[in-house]
Amino acid sequence: MPKKDRMSGNEAVAYAIKQINPDVMPAFPITPSTEIPQMVSSYIANGEVDTEFIPVESEHSSMSAAIGAQAAGARTLTATSSAGLALMWEELLLAASNRMPLALALVNRTLSGPININCDHTDSMGARDTGWIQIYAENNQEVYDNFIQAYPIAEHKDVHLPIMICQDGFITSHAVENIELMDDDVVKEFVGEYEPEEFLLNPGKPMAVGPYAISAYAMEARKNQEIALENSKDVIWQVAKEYEKISGRKYGFFEEYRTKDADYIMLIMGSAAGTAKQAVDELREQGKKVGVLKLRVFRPFPAKEIAAALSRCKAVAIMDRCESYNGNGGPLGSEVTAALFRNKVMIEAVNYIYGLAGRDFTVENVFDIFAQLDDAVTSGTEIEQYQYIGLRK
Amino acid sequence: MEKSLEIRWHGRGGQGAKTAALLLADVAFKTGAFVQGFPEYGPERMGAPITAYNRISKKEIRVHSNIYTPDLVVVVDETLLHSVNVTAGLKEDGAVIVNTAQSADEVRLLLHGYKGAVYTVDARTISTEALGKNFPNSPMLAAAVAVSGIMSRETFMKEMKASYSHKFAKKPEVIEGNMKALEMTFDALQDALQEVDEKIA
Amino acid sequence: MRTDVNKINEMTPHQELTEGLMMFAGGTSKGFKTGEWRTNTPVFLEEKCKQCLLCAPVCPDCSIPVKDSKRAEFDYDHCKGCGICAKVCPFGAIEMKEGR
Repeated sequence: MPKKDRMSGNEAVAYAIKQINPDVMPAFPITPSTEIPQMVSSYIANGEVDTEFIPVESEHSSMSAAIGAQAAGARTLTATSSAGLALMWEELLLAASNRMPLALALVNRTLSGPININCDHTDSMGARDTGWIQIYAENNQEVYDNFIQAYPIAEHKDVHLPIMICQDGFITSHAVENIELMDDDVVKEFVGEYEPEEFLLNPGKPMAVGPYAISAYAMEARKNQEIALENSKDVIWQVAKEYEKISGRKYGFFEEYRTKDADYIMLIMGSAAGTAKQAVDELREQGKKVGVLKLRVFRPFPAKEIAAALSRCKAVAIMDRCESYNGNGGPLGSEVTAALFRNKVMIEAVNYIYGLAGRDFTVENVFDIFAQLDDAVTSGTEIEQYQYIGLRK
Repeated sequence: MEKSLEIRWHGRGGQGAKTAALLLADVAFKTGAFVQGFPEYGPERMGAPITAYNRISKKEIRVHSNIYTPDLVVVVDETLLHSVNVTAGLKEDGAVIVNTAQSADEVRLLLHGYKGAVYTVDARTISTEALGKNFPNSPMLAAAVAVSGIMSRETFMKEMKASYSHKFAKKPEVIEGNMKALEMTFDALQDALQEVDEKIA
Repeated sequence: MRTDVNKINEMTPHQELTEGLMMFAGGTSKGFKTGEWRTNTPVFLEEKCKQCLLCAPVCPDCSIPVKDSKRAEFDYDHCKGCGICAKVCPFGAIEMKEGR
């Protein structure tokens, strides 16, 4: 029987880890993800899991150790945030190119500067092109559900790629909310045992991981890695479908909330999507045709699917919780507009930067944005295509 | 409780305002409500002003922003009244509870003209009497429940007993003291709450 | 999925390469004839050799086979001709000559 409970987002991830009982967890503490290795350590100390915890001296080491453990044949994970993820930079690319299906519980926090501990997506967006699968959560329930789906996606034979399960630092990681937890045996059966075909600690079957590749091979290896990421799209769907059977909760690349007849859609990721939904409900009561497209899977980027989902609306607000300093918008803004153009969906697309370094994002902000879109479409008011919301000016 | 309730806590780092908010979410959850309990985080410094929040509702809670127009404000440290505008955005039909030995009328003078209900709880005295130490968060939690009426006194006391028994399994004397502090708070607020009820009636 | 290293070369299309270019096989360096790189060649003068075996462990390419506590002829398939063995031999039993 699923159990109704209340816990924080970090507790939810730690609980999922306990139910999965992975083999190895190398980790180094950093706010706001510290609680995850801390809680897993308690589970280990209490004999509730037999995970091998490796205390390391930095995140560079935690990811290195994770790659090593995974290559050796162990189901591995780590957790980090912000500067911790940045310090893993080189290893993130190695984990993906060495095709290691390890999991990373990322608690999104901004990167300096100015130095700040609060939430935005600068850390994971910086790692968006490292070859990892990235899945984002709106709340504690979703981060729990996503973590349980992580290994079945990453370890699938057509994928073999590392996976980052992201949640918003403090906003969900440290907020206590209602959650429905599944039974241990249901989770264990869903995730299954990790049985790699080839692994380093396999007597009599030697292998080499991560060999040097001259130019004659390296480009082919990258193409293969790219194919694996594309393959993960089908696998993410399959796993979500299977997960729905055991949980009753539906997942996909994104959630379309009241978008069917919507003139204006807000495309947003993470905890702010809930705030946007609340605002949409209130605007719908006033007869406004608005909706939310909550992106769950950012890597692989479901470009075609997003373009199709937006093809019937008049304008979209693309919400970036990250500045990418390209002088042209945030990462989501760039990728969504590229998706629209390639698929010949020529709608008004405005890129908003919001919620940087913990700046609050409110229902009123959502009202303002929809009002701007409406003004641009119905009155032809010129609209800044790339702008900040919630900025003092 | 018919509608959803938004509570803002003001305290100082180390006084347990965040813990009180999480505990309130905990007990409200046990009555079958949808809950949120979260602090506003910054660099953690003992004594610096901090804010924590609760949303409690019969419906699923999706908003993930801070609370700007609370129904109830709880001030765990009265010295904050001089530096923080604690009633900012507080609804006129809402209430503020302040931990102080002063009367509600005296405290109101510091509340920037706030017109709604003002309650005071002498949490320091209650805590010192019941526990022998100044832990203001237990009395303030009881006050938040008493004033908001999110659950009955009996239900609250039952849930808190279970919660403390779990938390302080090895220190039963603390359980008793904390329970006493909660009871004393309810008793202390009884007259003030009745007065308000009569006014409404 | 064990890899036959001899079937992979610079003409192999990407579909036939292993995941992450992992090598699912051991001792694959044997198939790589580094002796082809050699521009100087060590010559083993057996009559001067006392079988002290100082040469074998210093060879970076394991190209001095040792059997029954005695070194044998060089493995010219893999010897790159670095000359370390000649330098270390106290008895002048290894001589470097130009060319392969």
